[in-house]
This record gives sequence, C-alpha cells and structure tokens, in this order.
Amino acid sequence: MSKMHVKMTVNGGEVEALAEPRTLLIHFLREQLSLTGPHVGCDTSHCGACTVDLNGKSVKSCTVFVAQANGGAVTTIEGIAHADGTLHVLQEMFREHHGLQCGFCTPGMITRAYRLLQENPNPSETEIRHGIAGNLCRCTGYQNIVKAIRAAADQLSGKKEAAE
Amino acid sequence: MSPAEGSSPTTAERTAKLEGLGCKRKRVEDARFTQGKGKYVDDMKLPGMVFGDFVRSPYGHARIRKIDKSKALALPGVKAVLTADDLKPLNLHYMPTLAGDVQAVLAVDKVLFQNQEVAFVVATDRYVAADAVELIEVEYEELPVLTDPLKAMDANAPLLREDIKDKKEGAHGARRHHNHIFTWEVGDKAAADKALSSAEVVAKEFISYQRVHPCPLETCGCVASMDKINSHLTVWGTFQAPHAVRTVASLISGIPEHKIRIVSPDIGGGFGNKVGVYPGYICSIVASIVLGVPVKWIEDRIENLTATAFARDYHMTGEIAATKDGRITGLKCHVIADHGAFDACADPTKFPAGFFNICTGSYDIPTAFLSVDGVYTNKAPGGVAYRCSFRVTEASYFIERMMDVLARKLNMDPAEVRRKNFIRQAQFPYKSALGWEYDSGDYDTALDKALAAVNYKGLREEQEQNRADFAAGKTRSLMGIGVAFFTEIVGAGPVKNCDILGLGMFDSCEIRIHPTGSAIARLGTISQGQGHATTFAQILATEIGLPASDITVEEGDTDTAPYGLGTYGSRSTPVAGAATAMAGRKIRAKAQMIAAYLLEVHDSDLEWDVDRFQVKGAPDRFKTMKEIAFAAYNKAIPGIEPGLEAVSYYDPPNMTYPFGAYICVADVDVDTGVTAIRRFYALDDCGTRINPMIIEGQVHGGLTEALAIAMGQEIAYDDLGNVTGSSFLDYFLPTAVETPVWETDYTVTPSPHHPIGAKGVGESPNVGGVSAFSNAVCDAFAHLGLTHTQMPHDHWRVWKTAQKLGLVK
Repeated sequence: MSKMHVKMTVNGGEVEALAEPRTLLIHFLREQLSLTGPHVGCDTSHCGACTVDLNGKSVKSCTVFVAQANGGAVTTIEGIAHADGTLHVLQEMFREHHGLQCGFCTPGMITRAYRLLQENPNPSETEIRHGIAGNLCRCTGYQNIVKAIRAAADQLSGKKEAAE
Repeated sequence: MSPAEGSSPTTAERTAKLEGLGCKRKRVEDARFTQGKGKYVDDMKLPGMVFGDFVRSPYGHARIRKIDKSKALALPGVKAVLTADDLKPLNLHYMPTLAGDVQAVLAVDKVLFQNQEVAFVVATDRYVAADAVELIEVEYEELPVLTDPLKAMDANAPLLREDIKDKKEGAHGARRHHNHIFTWEVGDKAAADKALSSAEVVAKEFISYQRVHPCPLETCGCVASMDKINSHLTVWGTFQAPHAVRTVASLISGIPEHKIRIVSPDIGGGFGNKVGVYPGYICSIVASIVLGVPVKWIEDRIENLTATAFARDYHMTGEIAATKDGRITGLKCHVIADHGAFDACADPTKFPAGFFNICTGSYDIPTAFLSVDGVYTNKAPGGVAYRCSFRVTEASYFIERMMDVLARKLNMDPAEVRRKNFIRQAQFPYKSALGWEYDSGDYDTALDKALAAVNYKGLREEQEQNRADFAAGKTRSLMGIGVAFFTEIVGAGPVKNCDILGLGMFDSCEIRIHPTGSAIARLGTISQGQGHATTFAQILATEIGLPASDITVEEGDTDTAPYGLGTYGSRSTPVAGAATAMAGRKIRAKAQMIAAYLLEVHDSDLEWDVDRFQVKGAPDRFKTMKEIAFAAYNKAIPGIEPGLEAVSYYDPPNMTYPFGAYICVADVDVDTGVTAIRRFYALDDCGTRINPMIIEGQVHGGLTEALAIAMGQEIAYDDLGNVTGSSFLDYFLPTAVETPVWETDYTVTPSPHHPIGAKGVGESPNVGGVSAFSNAVCDAFAHLGLTHTQMPHDHWRVWKTAQKLGLVK
C-alpha cells in the first residue's frame, strides 16, 4: 500500500514520517515513534488504554487514523512530565494514592485526567467518575484513581492560588 | 522526630526506617508505570521481527474440507502460513493441556468452537498479517452444535472429540459417554443421603454460575525468538507461571530446558487468563524456528474473550439438610462442569474440579457429598481460576447462595443461619467433611464486627418499611441486603497432594546480600499488578533488618529466578512469601555467626533487634546487618565461608484459609431492572497484613470484578455456537460510574503454619463479593417468594424476575 507523508507535533517535538494512510495513530506512535506508553486494550475504543491528547482533546488513538492526526499536536503519557524531568502532579498523586496496580491502563488514565482537569479544574467525585468513564481499569476499582485525581486537582488549584 | 545529635535512633525509628511488615509503603513499580515506561510484551521490538495472526473458525462445530493458502502466500510481505498439516510432522498439531487432555494447536480435520485457531499467518507487520488472514480460503461442512452442558451426555448428543472417541479412560478415571471427561466424587454419599432423608427440613436449589472471562486489560501475547546459531530459544510473554511454561515448552519441543529462556515482562493484569499455554505461543515458537527470526503474536480483544481461557460455567444442584431451628445436618452437591472443547482446566492434577470441595464453606457441616461431572461442549477451552483459587469462587457462591435458600425455607435471618452453623474458633484446626484442614479462623468476631459496622438491625428495619411502602404503592424500588461469609482456600500447595503436570507446587526465593548492605531477592512468582517488588521487599526488610528500599525484587526470568510455579490462586504470599521469609532467616542465621565473631562472643549470647544482633544484656554492643554484610565479604572468618546468600524452596505444610464478611445493600428499580449498589462493606481477614495500602487496593479491585460478574458478565453462546458476548460492546466491564465506593475493614487471625502468619488476599474480594451482590438482588424479592434467580443480574434479567413475580406487566 502506498504511503503518505505525515507531519505532526508529538510531545512538543516536530515529527515527519511516511505511513500507510490506514495506519492507526496508536500503531504509528507505538511502532514508528517507539512511544509505547499508550496501550491497545480492546480495538473498539471502549477501554481507553490508548488515550492520547490530540489538539487539546482526549482521543482514543486506536480509532484515529494517522492521516486524521496529520498536522496536529499530540501529547502522550511520555509528554506529561515537565520539561525538567519532574513529574506532573497527577503522576505523583497516582503513586501517592495507589491509583494503579498492573499499570496497563495508567498511561491512558493519566492522559485523560490531564485533559479532564483542564476542562474542569475543580471536579466533584461524580464529575471525575463521569470524566474517566471512557477509561477502563480492571485492577483498582477506580476508588483510588478518583482520589488521586481529586488530590491532583487540589494541588494544582493550590499552586494556582499561591501564584496569584 | 529526628534523633538528637549523637544519640542513637530508637527502636521505633529503626523499625520505621525498614518499611517492613505492616507499613503502607508506596509502590516501587509506580515510577515506570506512571511515566509510560512499563515494558509489556507488545512494547518489544527486535531486529527482523515479524507478526503472527490467526485464521479462526466462524463455526462452532464443522468439518474442514479444504484450506487454500495460495492467495495469502502470494501477498507481498507474507512469510509463512501454518496449518495442522504443517505441524503434524513435528507432532505439534496437538499439545498437552494442564488437565491431562490434549488440545489442537491448529484445528485437525474439524473445528470444535467458534474462533478456534485454524491457520497461523506470519507476515512483516500486523497489517499485512491481517490482510493475509482474509485471503485464506477454508471450506467447512457444518456439524450439529452442542452448547448446553446439561445435554452433553444425552444419548443422541453429537460426538465432539473424534480424536479420543475410543478412549474409555481419561486423565481422571473412566469416561462413560463420548462427551464425558471425568467424574469426581468426594465425601460420604450414604451418610449425606441419610442426613437428607431423615432431615426435618431440606432446602434444594439449582444454581448456575455462568461462563465468564477474566479479561485482563492487556490481552495474551508473546515474542518467540530462536537463535539458531546457539540453538537457544527465548520467549517473552504474558505468562503467570514462567517456569512451568519453560518445562512444558521443553517437553513439547524437545529443546533441552537449559536452552530455553522464558521471560514474563510487565504483565497488564492476569486474573487467571495468563496461566494457560495457548496455540499462539506454540505457533510463534514454531514459526521462529522455521523462519529464524523473532515472531510476535498479540491477541486482539475478541480473540481474548472467545479463545483463551474462560472461567466458571458450573451448574450446581445443592441439597441442605437441617433441623427446624436451622442447624445443618448434611449437604449434597452435584455439578455439571462445562469445560468446552478441550479439557484445558488449570487445576492441580489430583483435583479435576479444583478445590470445589471447600463448598462446605465457613460452616460446621457434619457430613457432605460432592460429585462433579466434567463434559465437553462446542465452546472455548479453559476453566481457569478467575481471580480465585481453583474453583473456589464457584464453591463459595454455591454455599453462600444455599445458606440464603435455607434461611428462606426456615424463615430465618440469613446472618443468623450463618452464625448458627459457623465453625467456632475453638474448633480450629478444623477438619471439614470434604477433607480439608482449615488452619485458623474467628468467624463470630468477624461477623459481629460487620453487622455492627453497617447497623444490620437498622437496615432490616428500613427494609421492612420499604416493603410496606412498596406494597402501599409509595415506591417502585425494593431494598435488598446481601450477606456473605466466605472462607477461601489458597496457597497451593503442599507438594504431597498439589502438582500441575507432575510439577510440585512449592515456590522459591533466592537472596543475595551485597557487601554494602543492599540486596537482591529473586522469586519463582510473577507480579501482574499485585506489587510484589514492593511487598516482598517488606517481608525481607523485617526478616533481615535492611530497609525495603535497599532490596531489589526480581521475578519472571527463568534464566535468573529460582524455579517456582508462578502467581495465581493467591499463592504468591502463602508460598513464595513464606520462601522469602525462610530464606531471610537463613541469612540471619549466618549473620548471627558473623556477628558473634566480630563481637567476640558466643552465637547464643546474641539476640536479634530490628536491624542488628546485640549482646544480650548489653545492647550497646551490636553489629548491624549492614556491618555484618560488609564483614561477610571482607573478613577472613574461621570456619565460615565468605559471602551472604541464601535460597529457600518452600513446600507449604497446608493451605491457608482467608475469610471475610461482606454486606451489600442494593436498591432494585422493578420497572427498569436497574440495581443500584447503595453500600458495600467488606471485612477481610487475611492473617498478617504486609502492606495495608496494597491490601485495600486488592480488595477494591476484587470487589469491582465481583460486581462485574454478579451484575453483567457472561460469555454466552447461541444454539449455533456463536459467542454473543465477544467484545466490550457486550461483555460488561464496569466503568468508574457503575462502580460504587467500597468500605473496607479487617480482623487479623494469623495462619499458624505460615512463617509470618500471612494468608493471601488478592482473590478474597472476588470469592466473597459475587455472592454478596447476588444475595442482595435475591433478597430484594425474598418477601415475594423468590429464593433464587440466576446470574448475571443485568437489568433485563432483574426486570424479568420482577415480571415473573407480577410486579410489572
């Protein structure tokens, strides 16, 4: 199959590559760019393990063609930490509150939470639960994930207040 | 508080520094997982690696007339297409199962379940492999399909296993029908019959536990790489038991075991699904041997749900004999066990129905009899322990439902019937009617604590009011209270009666202390999210007095880890955890001799204190483990070899028996069938608690899986053998929205035979949870005469129940 030229920003860096237009974004990220943080859990966009941020929205990259992402800006779990290498507060809070076990859903879950807290910086527990309903976890029962996201929201708003 | 200048740290400060037993230590695994740096098998990329994919059967039962590979082979990028005919010369068209049966690696002559593996395509990438799968033409002739296990042994039932049709003797005794696998009988039939025939009250029920699937978020897969120069095979894969896989791979392939390396990298959840050996592994290995390049095979979700190991599918008829005042006098249980097309059940060899004979539960039942008939059907093979010890969830569901059925019959409160029949604390160790020796328990205390925590009396009063309001037309919602009191049996197991394919079910730990006082411990188990690297370091920290943060725990690589039987059936803590403690004690014994030399006293003049040996009566004279470690490598000590290492292979003297009391409060909307879980309280007793944070996480996760099973999960087949629940569209996995908030609690009754008293916890919440949910749903309708209704309690079924009871039109 003939290949197309794709160009996008991934985790802040410019990426150019040749890819079959039918290539799914998740496979492009994982196999061509070796960004193996996002995972494939279901192929039908139910589980959210493949969640990445595309142009400021959470998307399930197993149901986005690389052609659709052409020219866009993608953030994966690998791009969530700060440029100086310190962890994002969500990454810290997931550890602090035992919000992960096998780790397979974690990259998608944190990437989704990262966008959720920008959409709604002060979500209630119910809003968090609805906000991550597109991301399945088989290990944790969500309770500690919800706690971690709420704690991250508190810390982020605290930081904001401190800065103001 | 930090110690003052010059003063030595207190015992409490030194203990805290270790982060040992009982510490809510944060997980060492999380740094990589939260940054997307976990290494799962599909993350692997090797030079020259190619991809495998399966052609699968669209039919439940059909004869294969012809397979035409030519179009696929002509597609650029396709490297090979394997069928059973290619495997026959290697004698690999069938593989042995863990249950003493054989399973077709690629369909031989006919297919026996939908999505059975028919051909294996290997191509340069996964897209080309998928294209090639579409180009393979298979001609089938459909055959009559059998999906109802209750009809499997009918005289006119279709013959499924032509390959063994003349075999009158199976791995577990005589076969009396062409679809019969085994009959397993335990207990005293005559005594149980007598108890029933002379009973004041008999409660009888037929209880089905539907077919479900463990469904870890990561599917199964592997990368096989044959190094032809050195004749060395390496397989990375989703293996819950890497050493067992190595032994099986050696026996099947003829490659000597020292030339095979099996590696389990990070595993994205297992829950039993990754115990089995699957055709994908065998085909990848064969393809790598044939092609000389690494071959990757990764299941997609539909393949995972329809072809690799399912769980349950047990159809149980129970009879309980009791006195009028609720004292149980006998129990009988008969099970039809649907094993699918091949008996690939993952049970210890001597236990074809696993430990289902724990089905007397937490109760002092004087006599019991159990018989299990295993049958073949046109369904996927498997029968794994989905987040439980072998068939223990089925057993627990059976007895906990039966206790409620008995309570209805006696018009007694379900909690009261349970209490009346408990094994009392003074009776432990308790020998059950079906042959187990329960190690320890204090059931009364646990139940009392649970009932008080939820104000059980108040809940029942509220339910009375709710029922009155419902009758008066004031509400359309019915309140249900589910009580479950489970006893698990985990930690398989004593080698004298527990083996898989002849491999004894011990486990192991090997420890090396480094000269500067840090350490590495290697185990025969493998974490799939349980946090072994965190918790096993804690066990060791307490045993040897080095901080957990200075101890690396490594698992999963058969070239470096000591032999062990892996992680499933909550066996890691009871078996490998014990091995860890015992190996630590060997380290300490040698350290004591070294310390005695350094302090110029006799060994027996020393006592252990947190992180050091000190002279009895003179605690200021001591050597810390860190100092001893350095001396072990750098001092010439007469009569003592240099170095500080130990290995322990632990053969447990008994299983462990965790228990717990769960209470579920649910509100059922009779018009929609929607069941809202208002409250769920879980009290677990897993003996000594290693890391309370991780225990709580395990309980949350197990309860969520129990919720899924009780309220919606089912791998269903239609009459033609089509799987009707094969993707996440149909197969219920709860999201954060459906999942309630869990309340956890505990009591501590240590195991008397385990070195640190721990019993294991990972599976308890699933074992106890399912019946608590189911009992709550049944309880909501109990006053209207309902004693039992089959799971899963999805909206449609609950609504149908309401309809049958005349509550809705």
